[in-house]
Formats: sequence, C-alpha cells, structure tokens
Amino acid sequence: MQALTKRSKLVSNKKLSFIEKLYLPAILGGLKITLQHFFKKKVTLKYPEVKREFAPVYRGMHVLKRDEAGRENCTACGLCAVACPAEAITMEAAERMDGEEGLYREEKYAAKYEINMLRCIYCGLCEEACPKDAIYLTDRIVDSEYTREGFIYGKDILVEKVDDRIDITKRKKKKGE
Amino acid sequence: MIAYSILDRDWSFLTDKLILVGILFAVALGIAAYSTLAERKIAAFMQDRIGPDRAGFFGILQPIADGVKSILKEEIIPGRAHKFLFILAPCIFMTVALMTYAIIPWGKDLIINGRKFSLQLADLNVGILYSFAIVSLGVYGIMIGGWASNNKFSLLGAVRASTQMISYELAMGLSLIPIVMMSSSLSLRDITEAQSYWHGMHWNIMLQPLSFIIFFTCALAECNRTPFDLAETESELIGGYHTEYSSMKLALFLFGEYVNIFVSAAVISILFLGGYNFPYMNEMGLSPNWVSILSMGALFAKIFFIIFVFMWIRWTIPRFRYDQLMKLGWQIFIPLCIVNILITGLLITLKIYH
Amino acid sequence: MREYIFYFLALVSVISALMVVFSRNPIHSVLYLVVCFFSIAGHYLLLNAQFLAVVHVIIYAGAIMVLFLFVIMLLNLNKESEPHKPIIIKFASVISASLLVLVLIAAMVNINPAADSHPTLHTIGMVRELGDTLFKEYLLPFEISSVLFLTAMVGVVLISKKES
Repeated sequence: MQALTKRSKLVSNKKLSFIEKLYLPAILGGLKITLQHFFKKKVTLKYPEVKREFAPVYRGMHVLKRDEAGRENCTACGLCAVACPAEAITMEAAERMDGEEGLYREEKYAAKYEINMLRCIYCGLCEEACPKDAIYLTDRIVDSEYTREGFIYGKDILVEKVDDRIDITKRKKKKGE
Repeated sequence: MIAYSILDRDWSFLTDKLILVGILFAVALGIAAYSTLAERKIAAFMQDRIGPDRAGFFGILQPIADGVKSILKEEIIPGRAHKFLFILAPCIFMTVALMTYAIIPWGKDLIINGRKFSLQLADLNVGILYSFAIVSLGVYGIMIGGWASNNKFSLLGAVRASTQMISYELAMGLSLIPIVMMSSSLSLRDITEAQSYWHGMHWNIMLQPLSFIIFFTCALAECNRTPFDLAETESELIGGYHTEYSSMKLALFLFGEYVNIFVSAAVISILFLGGYNFPYMNEMGLSPNWVSILSMGALFAKIFFIIFVFMWIRWTIPRFRYDQLMKLGWQIFIPLCIVNILITGLLITLKIYH
Repeated sequence: MREYIFYFLALVSVISALMVVFSRNPIHSVLYLVVCFFSIAGHYLLLNAQFLAVVHVIIYAGAIMVLFLFVIMLLNLNKESEPHKPIIIKFASVISASLLVLVLIAAMVNINPAADSHPTLHTIGMVRELGDTLFKEYLLPFEISSVLFLTAMVGVVLISKKES
C-alpha cells in the first residue's frame, strides 16, 4: 500500500535489547532534552505590558469605514449580507435627505447595520464583496459579553468615529490595492 | 529515644533542642513553601515559559499569595463525612511528614563558648528504621482522609495511593540493607561519618549505585511524584484521596507532599551523597566551626540538587500504568535488592569493601 | 518523671485497648488499636528497647493495621451488616476470654520485679546486642522461624496463583 504521507513510519514491534529494557539510557536522554529546554530562550510575552503582533492577514472585529471627509462609505447595497456564509449581517437602507451630504457619501445609506458577532465566522467575505470600500476586518478583538443580545453590534460600534479612525492599510495591502 | 534522653539531662540541653526544633520547623516549612514556587518555575522553564513572576520580583512572594488564597477559600466538609477523622487526616499527614526531621544530622557539631551544640535533634541508634516507621505512618493520613470523605472515588484514590506506598516501602527498605551492612550502623550520623574517608568523597553512591537507583525510584514512589503519581493524577482523575478536601486542609495535603520531598531529598543525600561531607573538608585548615557551617551548606546544596532532580524527572517522564508500577516494585526491584544484598555480603566477607 | 510517663502511657494503652473492643464502628476499633500500638511502643522506649519500639511501629502500626484498614474500608462493614451471633458463640467467647485472663494472671503472679536490675537488661533493646543475641544464642530458633516465614510466603504465592 502506498503511504499516505511522506512522514509515516513503519511500526516495528522488535524485541528490546537488554540495555533498552533497563530504560535508563532512554530516561537519561529524556532528561538531557528537558535540561536543554531549561536553558532555552523563553517564548512567553508578559501580556498586558507586551502584546504579540497580529499577523497581517488577521481577521478580527469589523469596521465600517468613512471617507476622507468623514462621510460613511456604506450604501446599504446588501452585497455583504448576501456574501456572508453565516448570515450574520442584516441592514436597513434609507435615502439621504438634503443637508445630510456631510454624513453619507452617496444618496442611499444604511439606517441600520447589524452584525451578530456570535454568528460571524470572521471569513472576510463581506470585505471581498463590498464594492464601496466600506467594510473591513481589523485586528481588534470582540469583547466578551454577559448576554447574547450584547453581541449584536450596531452602527454605534461598527462605524469608525470621525476623530478616531481605524487603520486598515495592512488589509488593503494584502488585497493588493 | 528523645523522651528518654531528655529525662536524664540538664535544662540547657532541653533549651538547645527546643531552639533547634524551632529553627528546623521554620526552615522546613519555608523550604517546602518555596519548593512549590520552584516546582512551578522549573516546570515553566522546561516548557520554555517564564512561570509565575507577578508576585514580587521573580515571583518571590508567590508562596505567600498561594497560602493566603488557601486560607481564605471556603471550607467544605461533605455532608455525611466523618467529621473528626476528616479533619484529623491532613493533620496526621503533615505531622508525619515533619517527624523525620528529628533524626537528620544537618552538619558537624558547633562549639559555642566551649559548649557543644549538636546540629541534629536526636541521634537515634535506629535512625533509618525510625524514618521507615514514619514513612509507613504516612499511609494513615491518606487512608483516613480517603475514607472519611464518604466518597467512593476518594476511597479508591486512597487505596491506590496506599498500596503504592506499601509496595515500594519494601523495596526501599531492602535497598538500604547494603548501606547498613557497609557502615555497620543504623544511625544516620554513623552512616554519614562512614562516608567521610577518601577526603570526604567516600560516598555510598559510588559503592552502591544499584541501591541508589532503587532507593531514588522508591523515594519518588513514596512521595507520589511522577512517574509514580497515579495516586493524584491532578490532571485527569480529579485528584485522588483528597478529592473532597478544600481550602487549608487541601493545602496541608499538598504542602505535606513538599515537606516529604524535602525529607526524602535529605535522606537520599545522607545515605548516598555523603551527607554533610564535602571534598577536602578536613584538609582545608579551617576552624571546626567554619567546617560545621560549610558542612551544613554542603548538605543543603545536595538536598536542593536532589529536589531539582525530582522536579526535573517530573517534567520529563510520563506516568506509569498501574500494573507496570506494581510489577516494577514487586517483581523487579525486590529481587534486584536481594541480589544486591547477597553481592554486598560476599564482597564484605571477601574484605573487598572495608 | 519517668513514672508519670509510664502511667500516662499505661492509661492510654488500657483505654484504647478497651475502646477497640467496645466501639461499634470497626474503623474506630482499628484506629484505637493503632493508638494502643503506639502507646506500647512508648513502653518499649521507656524500657530502652529502641529497636523493638521502632520495629513494632513499622510492622504492626505501619503494615498490619494498614491492611486491616484496607479490608474493613473496602468491605464497608457497619452496624447494620453485622451478623447476629448465636448465644452459644457468645458464651464460648466469654469463657475463652476469661480463661485467657486467668492464664495471664497466673503468669503475672510469678514475675519478679527485681529482674529490672539485671545488668544486660538496659542494653538488650539496642540493635547491636539484639543482633548478637539473635545470631549467637538463639540462632537455631531464629533460622527455624525464618523457614516458617518462607513457608508462609510460598503458601501465599500458591494461593494467589490461579489454577490452570
């Protein structure tokens, strides 16, 4: 039979020799290995003071972007909701009224935009689907909550603040834009 | 023994001993406390981690934090437990663990103001046997604790632990007989003195390596340490005899184990690693008191090394299966010990040893 | 002071021995028996028989009583499961116990307390003297008893082997 992987080994039930039966050489060998680890460089990071850097492809909590003028990009086209395999995204569209040009970039906008963070699988397909550059996955971590309702994130959490922009250049670079 | 000799001596003898008891008690508990930290640190280092380092510099205050935590935890006594025995069991375990300290010679005699100050509580002429008697009593704490919890799993854990201890006591005792034959005394001080030849390097480990290996393994088994920690198996079998224990009573059980480790490390150092002897102790031309202090340091260095090896082994070797454990104890160690006794007897008769 | 220690130990051993018989819970009986053994070991120490005291603790308190505890704990004996004994057995046990007491009293009557002044008595409990006596004066009984133990061991192995 052909081996399934290159790393598979044939098991041999050969009888142990006398030296092997003593187990002492094997034990000493094991002790040597653990002692080598004793003096190795430690991999621990002291967490609250030092944080491990996320990989550039890390997919965490979503953000709804604004453009340079601070207007929301999202037009509530619904492509992200369609793309979402976990059906975590719901939204309600609304028409932009006069005088709201500073708030929304296009004539249509999302009056309600909700992501159920318990359903979300952080696949990033919403990001791929978005034609308006509006939704991105960031390296922020979703906080824990006491109730399931708390995990349904609305626009108040998802939309980035005008004066506190979320940096998504890493995600953009990965997409080759 | 202790009671007997105090009756026939003066009061200064009594105060000497009381002071020594106080110091030993503090040192024993202190070292046991810091063994818990050492255990966690060594475990962490061998797994490429740092280990506890938040309580004080390098985690120095961690044992105190653990102790405070244990004391403040809720104390639960199971409803139908035998209350008196349930409380008595950890006390027995701890007391028994501390009792062996009485016979360990910590160093050569100090001479202060012309008065001899012995660094040993009681030099019994049956020292080793006394330590065995104490070890065999340790089973009671476990048995009573497991039974009084009124929980069949605790009882099974207690049976597991005590059968293991009883089985390995035998091999332990037999492995010591060659040492006793060579030093022709049961007193720990005499055994230590017998190892002071060859410039303080006449250690029993070189003459009796087989005895050493067997005794060391049995000591691991007696302390319920990996690879023989089936009695506890913290990770998978919800403890063992101490399943129903909580708060300080649980802490006493766990703490008693570290005291046991310290004692067995001390006994191993005395029996096999030359006790308080160190190389060239009598040729360095130091005053006797300095030699005494250095000898105490040498003994403690040996003890700490043995404790380190105990922990080193814990994080290296996986656990035995129960039938393998019993087979090792009864079918391998005991015959080996008997053969070792015969060989030693032969060598002594042929005057190759001594 | 030695007398006080003796009286204390004697009191402890007598009371605990009585409690072994009178306590209803078999586990308590065993534990009282352990206490009794300890007080007897204390008596040995008072007589300067250190070896005997320590060996007494190792063998009786450390090994035999642990096995007793094992059996009783695992069988889970308690008051309800105690079988009701017929009256004849009770009578027989009372009579045999009284006979035993009679024998003991008869033996005690002839004890000469002055034997305490015997010169070798103070050191006979030490290991070296004990070994000398055992292996010189009483070599034959010693060897015979060891053969007896060997027989018992072989018997245990035979019983524990499954018949095939």
